[in-house]
Amino acid sequence: MLVYALRRAIPALITMLAMVVIVFIGTHVMGNPVDVLGAPDLSQEERAAMASRMGLDRPLLAQFGHFVANAAQGDLGSSFVHGTPALSLIAKRLPATLELAVCAILLALVLGIPLGLLAGLRPDSAAGKLIMSGSILGFSLPTFWIGMMFILLFSVTLGWFPAGGRGATQSLLGLDVSFLSIDGLRRLALPALTLALYKLALVIRLAQSGTREVVRQDYIRNARAKGLTETRVVFVHVLKNIAIPIVTVLGLEFGSLIAFSVVTETVFSWPGMGKLLIDSIMRSDRPVIVAYMLVTVVMFITINLAVDIVYSLLDPRVRLKAAGA
Amino acid sequence: MSTTTVTETAHVAHEPSPTEPAPTESPGRRLAVAFAGSKLALVGLGVLVLLVLAAVFAPWLAPQNPYDSSILDIMNGRLEPGAVTMDGATRFLLGSDPQGRDVLSAILYGLRISLLVGFGTTAIALVIGGTAGLLAAYVGGRVEAVIMRLVDLQLSFPASLIALMLVAVTGPGLGKVMFAIVAVQWAYHARTIRSAALVERQKEYIEAARSMGLSRMRIMFGHLLPNSLPPLMVVAALNIATAISLESTLSFLGVGTPLNEPSLGRLVANGYEYMLSGQYWMSVFPGVALVLIIVAINVIADRMREVMNPRLQK
Repeated sequence: MLVYALRRAIPALITMLAMVVIVFIGTHVMGNPVDVLGAPDLSQEERAAMASRMGLDRPLLAQFGHFVANAAQGDLGSSFVHGTPALSLIAKRLPATLELAVCAILLALVLGIPLGLLAGLRPDSAAGKLIMSGSILGFSLPTFWIGMMFILLFSVTLGWFPAGGRGATQSLLGLDVSFLSIDGLRRLALPALTLALYKLALVIRLAQSGTREVVRQDYIRNARAKGLTETRVVFVHVLKNIAIPIVTVLGLEFGSLIAFSVVTETVFSWPGMGKLLIDSIMRSDRPVIVAYMLVTVVMFITINLAVDIVYSLLDPRVRLKAAGA
Repeated sequence: MSTTTVTETAHVAHEPSPTEPAPTESPGRRLAVAFAGSKLALVGLGVLVLLVLAAVFAPWLAPQNPYDSSILDIMNGRLEPGAVTMDGATRFLLGSDPQGRDVLSAILYGLRISLLVGFGTTAIALVIGGTAGLLAAYVGGRVEAVIMRLVDLQLSFPASLIALMLVAVTGPGLGKVMFAIVAVQWAYHARTIRSAALVERQKEYIEAARSMGLSRMRIMFGHLLPNSLPPLMVVAALNIATAISLESTLSFLGVGTPLNEPSLGRLVANGYEYMLSGQYWMSVFPGVALVLIIVAINVIADRMREVMNPRLQK
């Protein structure tokens, strides 16, 4: 088992290293931060002094070596704009993004499973067809457009929810959270729903196809024959059997939610790490961009690796096949 | 699925086809007739054709040239849809933006850029990914291992994130955005054609071609490629919509197409701040055009998948 885990971990590490190189070299081709941050009337000497203070005057390779050595100690450089360490800047924004992502996952499950169940139990009914066509929209419409339409409808026209921002937060176990106050919940509602829509469509599809498959099985017929009520058959026997693949897939998708939150946070001015990334790209704040990319890559590779290993624990065939190949 | 097939065949039977319902139809004609069996797909195709025509003929259709700043008058800025200029000469059917630009004209020109990105990137990604996938399936061995490792690596990250990172690195601009989209989409094509070609290469006609001494190139592109096309075409159609959506997202985030060549996504972004004060038209109308293209292409691709799926054919 340990051998298998190591075997999976080595390519993951190589991937990570390759991404570090690509990200670093790439960000150093981008615009010159001195032009962006320095005042336009700076003299040549002042510009050079600023560049050397940022370490930009050294050769690329030296900058890279310095960067890797520091990164290994958790130091990814300081933001050109804020002057604070890039990693702590991201860490400060992470709770807002995580809160949004967790709310989105919960919404996708709470809304998606009943809708998918309904569509799977009555695939030919008008409601079933409507739900399935609606899920195509959830897949295909751009997230920013959905978010904007929510704002236009619920904020500008109806005035039910604020159009953006996170407002005041409460502290829970040292984390800043929004969901403990009414105002926080109202601010959370639209961005969380926007972020949830894509995953909601996914859950609906999985629940629908799962239900259609499960209701044909013998144990469902058996449960009905036993005289169980329809409610019990659906909510205990069907639900239990469709839940496993849904939860597995959503676990895998959690990383992509964090990536998708870039758009949602921009639309709703939500102060998470996605908004930070966009702001940093606009200002060529390289250390923050690099740190964001590295944090995301590490998160993704860790999630994929964990899922890989869990699969091999559940299904030994995967492990044996990899060993034989 | 089974019920839709029934209603579709019933619908085909109703269709008066004066041309030829002959039993020996070409596959292309058979697919076209089957495609036409869904009204929704026909509507989607109609919408797409209209939008493409509108984009192609934009310079003749648009009331003004939105890129010509000399004819723009800031006094006409942010006029409501249907408003007429002071001198009564121009009517802004869909309103105007802060510079006094006609929103309808901007949409028609923006449509050109969005469609160019959608079709252009898909064509390039199709050639690159198709060749890579064919090579992987036919040559196998180390070539296949390298190509598919790369594909798996890419597909384990969300496309939008990779594209965003690439654009963050290269900077904004139409060519750079197209490069980023091709860089994320070739992998989908490669994976699709590889799995189709792996099945096809087991068949007898490939063995026959090989024993006739045909060259590798000829077998790959003359025999394997045409027979692996159906699933690839569905993926390519879907990817046109994905590319348009991805470009509009990047443009909305401000890292996509430049200000002087606004795509539909850029137009939506430009009008966004005014939408919050109720001046919806600068954002909403370009967005509606965008959504129309994306939904139309998705409907068409969905129907193509149904029609081309051999399991659903009688």
